[in-house]
Amino acid sequence: MAAELLVLVKHDCEVCDQVLPVLADAAAAGAPLRILSQSSPEETAEQARRVGLRAVPDIDVDLEVSARFDPEAVPTVLLLDGGEERGRVEGLQRERLAKLAGRAGAELALDGLPELRPGCASLTRDPAVAATLAARRARAEGRLRARALEVGALEDVFDALHDRGLTDGLPVVPPTPERVVAMLEHTGRGPQEVVGAVPPYGADATVEKVAINAVMAGCPGETLPIVLAAVEAACVESFAWHGLIATTYPAGPTVIVSGPLAAEVGMNAEGNALGQGNRATLSTGRALQLVGWNVGGGRPGVEDRATHGQMGKLGSCFAERLDETAPWAGLAQDRGVAGAETGVTLVATEGPRVIVDQLAREPEGLCASLALALESVAHPKQRLAFDALLVVGPEHGRVFREAGWDRARVQERLFELTTSPAGELTHGAGGSPEGIDPKFVSDPAMPVAKFAAPDRILLAYAGGDAGLFSMVYGSWAAGEIGSAPVTVSVEPWR
Amino acid sequence: MSALEILDPSAERDPEGRPLAGRPPEGKTIALMDIRKPRGDVFLDELERLLTARGYAVERTMKPTFTKPAPADVRKEIAARCDAVIEALAD
Repeated sequence: MAAELLVLVKHDCEVCDQVLPVLADAAAAGAPLRILSQSSPEETAEQARRVGLRAVPDIDVDLEVSARFDPEAVPTVLLLDGGEERGRVEGLQRERLAKLAGRAGAELALDGLPELRPGCASLTRDPAVAATLAARRARAEGRLRARALEVGALEDVFDALHDRGLTDGLPVVPPTPERVVAMLEHTGRGPQEVVGAVPPYGADATVEKVAINAVMAGCPGETLPIVLAAVEAACVESFAWHGLIATTYPAGPTVIVSGPLAAEVGMNAEGNALGQGNRATLSTGRALQLVGWNVGGGRPGVEDRATHGQMGKLGSCFAERLDETAPWAGLAQDRGVAGAETGVTLVATEGPRVIVDQLAREPEGLCASLALALESVAHPKQRLAFDALLVVGPEHGRVFREAGWDRARVQERLFELTTSPAGELTHGAGGSPEGIDPKFVSDPAMPVAKFAAPDRILLAYAGGDAGLFSMVYGSWAAGEIGSAPVTVSVEPWR
Repeated sequence: MSALEILDPSAERDPEGRPLAGRPPEGKTIALMDIRKPRGDVFLDELERLLTARGYAVERTMKPTFTKPAPADVRKEIAARCDAVIEALAD
């Protein structure tokens, strides 16, 4: 095939205005030259009239040609041979342009034009357009496979998403292909890799589906690896996410982030660490729940049979404060994640509650206080069935740190102190029918532990500098018969 | 304003609609599955009494814990031996 020239222009570019008449004349005189405009038909027609062209240039529909050659600037003149690029000139460079045209056997009347003038930014470099093109490319290359849904021009997008059952009741960020493609930039993993099979219906959560739900949850892109790790952990069989979704108990997954990435992505581990105001933590917890909602298909009143539920089922995530005030290493690190890495630990929990002790200044007394409060997890007479996640606040943590009590020692002491005589725990003791069947109690003085083991009292560290408080989350049915905490490293998802 | 394209966050599955099965005739075998909730046995004992009085055969079965789906083997066993199953969702 013979060589030909392809010219890309746009309507709001003075340099294009200058060059267009010369190029159009050459084309009219039979030069192998085609002009394509990045602008709309109306804008292109207006430009043609303005610069005095006899024919209106064709339109580069959907910028397909521009996206293929991806120039930085227009006008761009491309020399093509059999559709393959053999050379190009971007902007007005008279001498080079004349030479390029010559290679296609064309002569351009460039006299009178400036010698050198930089062009204008190609429309493909406009950030919004570039995002659309990136999304289209991702679709063409099979990186995006999710079904496209259309929200009508007359629909309110927030209402439309809610009415289609895709939200948790609060507005979500519309997961446009552009936003999802931008989100996927934050992981090195392929969009079609499977993160886990999400209960209750067991559908595969691909990286793409997780990214879509992360966009909806409002996640900053940097949090995506943490969300992916949380989904991976939630889908581990021993976490029993199926039962956690289905249960009447007011529990859901709480995500604890331990390690340097927490601060890097903007997670707040200090004042109000478990509360509102921090996009990274709130959206991470919410993204996991939305994956359960949308990919898993568990809905309140249908598969989710919670009697009351609790606000943490919208999303529950906090970061550990692992600065110089921390009394011990992070929870994930204690559970096997390498020190320099960031890990997430998932615990099936109810909502958090405060434990106040404003007087204890030594670890023994503080443990006694914490143990008293821990007894009430689920019910004081409920034994061995529930774990606790204790979030030690900085002013309580200081007591342990200064006394040199490590995590294991605190757990051991809390385990010992949460042991009660069997006689106080049987049916009817204290007037309450709840409790242990007396037929299992031979000796009323026999000590009965609250928790199944010291390490079933999980310790995390977070919160602001002031306040002699810790927080406790009771777990859902724990261990073998229920949900066991799961810790994974975020590293493989970066 | 033009239409907005968004990506489907769901599993994109269309569950198959199934009609309710007919009531099994007398003489058929009904599995009663205890999901291991407290007092589930009380409920199932009563159901067994009523079903037996109406001429059904009853097989009692249970899953290891109420918090997790019944294992595949338990489900297969029920499907092989029984014509219908009733789960006890007690408490």
